[in-house]
Amino acid sequence: MRGIMKKLLTFILAIVLPMTALPAQEDAMPSGGPGIDMNEYLYGHVRDAYEWHITTINGKAISIPLPVIVYSKATGWHVFSSKRLEGGEYKGFYVASQSSKYANKVVERGTDGIEIRPLDFSVTKNVFGLLINSALLLFIVLGTAKWYRKHDAAGEVPKGGVGFMEMLVSMIEEDVIKESVGEDYKKYSPYLLTAFFFILLNNLMGIVPFFPGGANITGNIAVTFVLAMFTFFIVNVFGNKLYWKEILWPEVPAWLKVPVPLMPAIEIIGIFTKPFSLMVRLFANMLAGHFMILGVVAVIFLTAHMGAAFNAGLGIVSVLLGVFMDCLELLVAFIQAYVFTMLSAVFIGLSRPKPEADKTTK
Amino acid sequence: MSLITPDFGLIVWMTLIFGIVFFILAKWGFPMITDSVAKRADRINDSIRQAKEAEERLKNLAEEQKKLIEQTKAEQSRILKKAVESRDAMIEKAKAQAHDEAAKIIAKAQTEISAEKESALRDIRRQVALLSVGVAEKVLRKKLSDENEQRELVNKFVDEMTSADKKLLNN
Repeated sequence: MRGIMKKLLTFILAIVLPMTALPAQEDAMPSGGPGIDMNEYLYGHVRDAYEWHITTINGKAISIPLPVIVYSKATGWHVFSSKRLEGGEYKGFYVASQSSKYANKVVERGTDGIEIRPLDFSVTKNVFGLLINSALLLFIVLGTAKWYRKHDAAGEVPKGGVGFMEMLVSMIEEDVIKESVGEDYKKYSPYLLTAFFFILLNNLMGIVPFFPGGANITGNIAVTFVLAMFTFFIVNVFGNKLYWKEILWPEVPAWLKVPVPLMPAIEIIGIFTKPFSLMVRLFANMLAGHFMILGVVAVIFLTAHMGAAFNAGLGIVSVLLGVFMDCLELLVAFIQAYVFTMLSAVFIGLSRPKPEADKTTK
Repeated sequence: MSLITPDFGLIVWMTLIFGIVFFILAKWGFPMITDSVAKRADRINDSIRQAKEAEERLKNLAEEQKKLIEQTKAEQSRILKKAVESRDAMIEKAKAQAHDEAAKIIAKAQTEISAEKESALRDIRRQVALLSVGVAEKVLRKKLSDENEQRELVNKFVDEMTSADKKLLNN
């Protein structure tokens, strides 16, 4: 899987990179064609934003304005539409320029002209996307649950959507949660199932190229950070005594822990690296997926002014590759949700070692 | 750099949203589904177990039936054998009885016959004696004068008598 992705990435980069270089050169020339700012194109699509840009028709951006909620130490709470920021400054707030430390974030102009970042609780594109996807998730799961409430589930088998959901839930519960957590897995299965479906739905919605999809939610590190933190807390709060004993006083030769607590230190670092790896894995995979699809699609626009034949040729390649990448991303969307759930389950399982099992391994 | 620096506002929102979603789904969503699936799995397992038991019972029943039939057959043949035996014994007994009876009858007949013969012989002897007495009377009356003739005649009579007697006895 990784090998294929790597090969593909190098292949795509081999096509895309020269293209990105070309328009840049042309932009530099005074006679430059319709250049595309690749940086803005790529990052603009994957980054969080204060409004939801849907499309641009005839140079006019069509976007959904979202509420900006900021708390300034100087002036207190402010709630206003993101439309106000389009015109530049509003009540001393404006979106910082690319050169700023707070690029693309709302900042406040301080009294001495220094940019101050206020506490920003804005309902951004990602927050809005999260709300939509969560509502969708609630609708799907509660709708499924409703079926069981209305039917004699013990004697009836659901069909269609409910059946599909049941298949997914059973698969995760049986193959992942039960296997990895071990006994009393039932206590953890709601969290792990929520995490799985939350990530899966957000991943899938991220691939949908138009509203209400397209927000790069699971490719945002803040989102994966929170997910990883949930796992982190569940692992460490419900870890049993033996788990903590194995961290603070592991069964290793005494010199590894007495003068210098080497093993405990490593184990304690391990507590944090586990959720960190969860956070980075999901974030990087989803972000890379978005970049790849965006890059492949960009080929069409980048070659637009290089002659019809060249553009058409590469356009076909780009569409085929785009289809392939989208299929791959569908797979990745599932795999990453699965991997996150599985590793969370494994970490939870590790936080509940059994004394007997511990002795037999020794 | 903004890509890898988590935004505080988004963290707060995400925590809130995910927390609420988690709470709702953990309370009304997934347990309902997983419990129902588990219940169904239990019921299916139960049904399979029951079916197996029923099958087992049926098998046992068939076996029992077979055993019963076998037993009955054995009983039947035993009874038949016994019947044949008793019949044979009865016939044998009857035969023996008949034989005894016949033998008794024959013996009785024989004794009767021999008694009859005896009495007949006795009768004949008496007759002979009477006859000889008669003959002797007649001879005596007729030829008492001639001594020789008398002697000859007596001898002749005695000879005849003994031979007749012998003949009778031989018979």
